[in-house]
Amino acid sequence: MLNYLWSLMILIGITVGAFTGNLQELTHGALDSAKEALTICISIAGILCMWTGLMKIAEKANLIDGLARRMNPLIKYLFPDLKHNEKAKKYISTNFIANFLGLGWASTPAGIKAMEEMQKINKNKKEASKSMCMFMIINMSSLQLVTINIIAFRAEYNSANPSEIISLGIVVTVMSTIVAIIFTKIAERLVFK
Amino acid sequence: MKIFLVMSDLIIPLTFFIIILYGYAKNVKLFDTFIEGAAEGFPIVMQILPTLIGLMVAVGILRVSGALDILSDLLKPLANLIKYPVEAIPITLMRLVSSSASTSILLDIYKLHGPDSFIGRFVSVMMSSTETIFYTMSIYFMSIKVSKTRYTLTGALIANFSGVIASLYLTEWVFGR
Repeated sequence: MLNYLWSLMILIGITVGAFTGNLQELTHGALDSAKEALTICISIAGILCMWTGLMKIAEKANLIDGLARRMNPLIKYLFPDLKHNEKAKKYISTNFIANFLGLGWASTPAGIKAMEEMQKINKNKKEASKSMCMFMIINMSSLQLVTINIIAFRAEYNSANPSEIISLGIVVTVMSTIVAIIFTKIAERLVFK
Repeated sequence: MKIFLVMSDLIIPLTFFIIILYGYAKNVKLFDTFIEGAAEGFPIVMQILPTLIGLMVAVGILRVSGALDILSDLLKPLANLIKYPVEAIPITLMRLVSSSASTSILLDIYKLHGPDSFIGRFVSVMMSSTETIFYTMSIYFMSIKVSKTRYTLTGALIANFSGVIASLYLTEWVFGR
């Protein structure tokens, strides 16, 4: 995907630049952007390392497992078909909690294992099951509560209060997840009678 | 509205407090573990670097060439119709496809308008509360070779769309336009 997208962006940019006569500034723009990318990475590294350090404590203290267990009632409501599949439910809740905390490296493997477990009890292996649809839609509605990257970027660009948007992000994340659940519950009734 | 700002101020200190207290209760060696985790963060950042260089250069070229302005001009009538900020259209679409490419556009917006402008705040909230749909869907479904995904894409797009609209109105309501 990015192979096409990236080359397309550059080809279009240079073509348009040639027509508008901006080729000299375009060269400067390309060089400046490359330089800026490095500056940004270095300056967000501090904030990101602080966060991964804190999250390591959460990980070592088994916070993910602790919170995942509390999600049981909700998981039961969302995935009635997985009543007897403890493994799938465990992977799903691990994926959700890791997503809440923004631990990408922990959420993706758990998510893929959850999909594999759901595939085992899927009647038609080519089609997504009810539980898979629910899992994927919730997952893609965005669950991460504190997006530390965005805060770090805002800080790098001299925001007066980089973290002022956290609470709005959380409220919107919760809202879009609720929309996702409502939609999926309705779609389930229509598609799987 | 002020409650949102108070909440924003509370969240990071509260996260620190709760996690450290929880770690203490579970007998985790707190500072050693923090150092260990912080050390793991640095390679993560450096892994982003090549991708970010590539995409920021591409966005930079698009910006300077005037191509992004042409795109915005083309989409302006449509955006005005639904009262959507024109500057945010490229990032809204890119968000669905690629996380790193949309991040590069985000940085371009910060540079151009500033993170504390209306548009800067709006895209910050939007990026915090939406996900890269097409990418996520392809890795998960490909891993188990499911090709018919039923209503998954529709659901994901509806959730994304409601997130975008909610970000817009909430930002306007809390910070003003």
